[in-house]
Amino acid sequence: MVYENMVCENMVCGDTVCAFDKERGRAAMTREILVEISDNLQEGKANAVVELVLEALEAGVPPRTILDQGLLAGMGIIGGKFKANEVFVPEVLVAARAMNRGAEALKPALAAEGVRARGVAVIGTVRGDWHDIGKNLVKMMMEGKGIEMIDIGVDAPPERFLEAAREHGAAIVCCSALLTTTMGEIKPVVDLIKGSELGGKVKIMVGGAPITQGFCEQVGADCYTPDAATAADAAISLLR
Amino acid sequence: MARRVFTQTAYQDLSDFVYGRALYPITLGNGMVIGGGTVYPEINFTLPPMIITEATMPEALGHYQEIADGICRRAGDLSVPGFVAEIELLPPMTFNPDWGTAVCETVVEAIRRGGEKYGVKGAVRLTPVDIREGRDLEHMWRGSHWEKILRVFRQGAGVGAEFLAIESVGGKEVHDEAVMYCDIAKSIFALGVLGCRDMERLWAAIDGVAGETGAIASGDTACGFANTAMVLADRNYIPKVFAATVRVLASARSLVAYENGAQGPHKDCGYEGVYIKAITGTPISMEGRSSACAHLSPVGNVAACLADLWSNESVQNIKLLGGMAPIVSFEQLAYDCRLMNTASARGGETALLLRDLHADSDSGLDPQAYVLRPDVALEIAKELVKVAGHYARTKKAAGLALDHMRKAVEQGRLWLRDKELAWLERLSETVAGLPADPGELTENMLGECEKLDPKKYDM
Repeated sequence: MVYENMVCENMVCGDTVCAFDKERGRAAMTREILVEISDNLQEGKANAVVELVLEALEAGVPPRTILDQGLLAGMGIIGGKFKANEVFVPEVLVAARAMNRGAEALKPALAAEGVRARGVAVIGTVRGDWHDIGKNLVKMMMEGKGIEMIDIGVDAPPERFLEAAREHGAAIVCCSALLTTTMGEIKPVVDLIKGSELGGKVKIMVGGAPITQGFCEQVGADCYTPDAATAADAAISLLR
Repeated sequence: MARRVFTQTAYQDLSDFVYGRALYPITLGNGMVIGGGTVYPEINFTLPPMIITEATMPEALGHYQEIADGICRRAGDLSVPGFVAEIELLPPMTFNPDWGTAVCETVVEAIRRGGEKYGVKGAVRLTPVDIREGRDLEHMWRGSHWEKILRVFRQGAGVGAEFLAIESVGGKEVHDEAVMYCDIAKSIFALGVLGCRDMERLWAAIDGVAGETGAIASGDTACGFANTAMVLADRNYIPKVFAATVRVLASARSLVAYENGAQGPHKDCGYEGVYIKAITGTPISMEGRSSACAHLSPVGNVAACLADLWSNESVQNIKLLGGMAPIVSFEQLAYDCRLMNTASARGGETALLLRDLHADSDSGLDPQAYVLRPDVALEIAKELVKVAGHYARTKKAAGLALDHMRKAVEQGRLWLRDKELAWLERLSETVAGLPADPGELTENMLGECEKLDPKKYDM
């Protein structure tokens, strides 16, 4: 480590430390608190995450750093463990819940610095279909990637997808369908959005048990993924 | 019908507990006896991708007729001794009871014609979708959703459906979250409090329709609960030990149908049916390896151990190399049943050997298969049924399932990954800490269940 090998020429004595040492101490403390945020987040300790986020702000750690190197870093690690089949979804979800609480505490500071979410996505299950779980999993995984999610629920008509995308300035619309007899309801959503002023600006993602890449292309959607984890990765790529 | 109370299992001896035979078989007018020694195929089917509207209903009915005609023809070709065709209506066909009735009538008529033409025997199980979900739902037991379900049952029985069944959803709005977080307390609340409370009202009403129409109130699967857990576990999203526990505690909920008039056969995707058969002695339908067309599972063989009907769960009417998918699926079921019935014809010992081979081939590899073993199911059922009260019974079911899995691991009869073992302990601790009083659990849960509207359950 460079810091450890350097000799401070400005060392005085007693309890007085040089500017360099102050900086070194601050950097170490910042690293420590960010690691603590990440560790507590991975264990789903929401209250601890909130306290640590506030402590970090108090200590002058930039909000963007807290978000990227504390909260999102923690979610990245737990997400990686899920992909490696080391943990189950509940562990990821409690981590995501802790991240949301931490992000909420961070929000005013982020806003003050003009830092915005990675993007906004609208998510819903299409008209005539009440399946909720798959949609909720995708929502949680995307939130874990720092995307602001607008959940319009189940049995959602095409107009609600469009209205929500307009209202919240969404960059992505995610449509879920779990039945062979409701997957046809995805096309009206795609047609409505592509035919509106949002056409070409908003990307449409589709998923659900009967959905395939071929179906995605057939209805003119932009992206299909087979599960929640890959959906979150794909959303990040679409937002870049 | 007066409410029945089960305080002991119908079966005492494991050697009586086998596929094809139930203590209380069901005899139909055409001579089929379900649970009388023969396992029959129960074929289920659905439409290819299409939107159901008034304009497309003629096309939909054409599919159903084609499917039913094809099944009758193949049943004749393969000398199938009888079959049940299950019609699981799609949501628009329950929201529009006349459409659902038309589907039912189409299939009933096709089977009647098949009987004349090919000499085959068939029966229809009618399963409307439980549409009591969504923003427009007024109340679980009154209002248009409730009325439409009962109207489908009444009209369907009127045009000839022999069996009435449902996959009821009372408590599902809470369980959907419970399963995502593997929150066993919430799962027990959803199934043992909300689900049971709903089942009492629903099955009293279905039994009433059966009484009016001469149809048979058959059974209610916890599909939206336990099968959701099974599918998520299959994808490694949630622990298999959680899914196995939910399966066993779902039996306390599905039993409520039988306390309120159901006579069987229990519905195919309700794998908890093995517990229902142990307790009530009524026949059950099961599905396993031949339902992979609808969903994958870790219980392909063990599910056959106690089946009186053998089902494919569902398959779309699409073309495969061998023919249309429902006919292909029916043939697979027919051969499975033929093997089981041939083993039975050789004598009880051979049937028990086949039963045990089915059990042993799956049960060491997955806890969900382990809890379906006939010996395990009977042992758990004997303890479970001693407990009075729906919540207490459901809680007991969870504890028994977890204890049996733990012992099986210790004895080397079940293999679990380390991360599954950690969850086994975590779930056991939670169940042990649950209150004895359902009122106390309800009080705790009401603040936690955002999607639950207690007024819809008169709570």
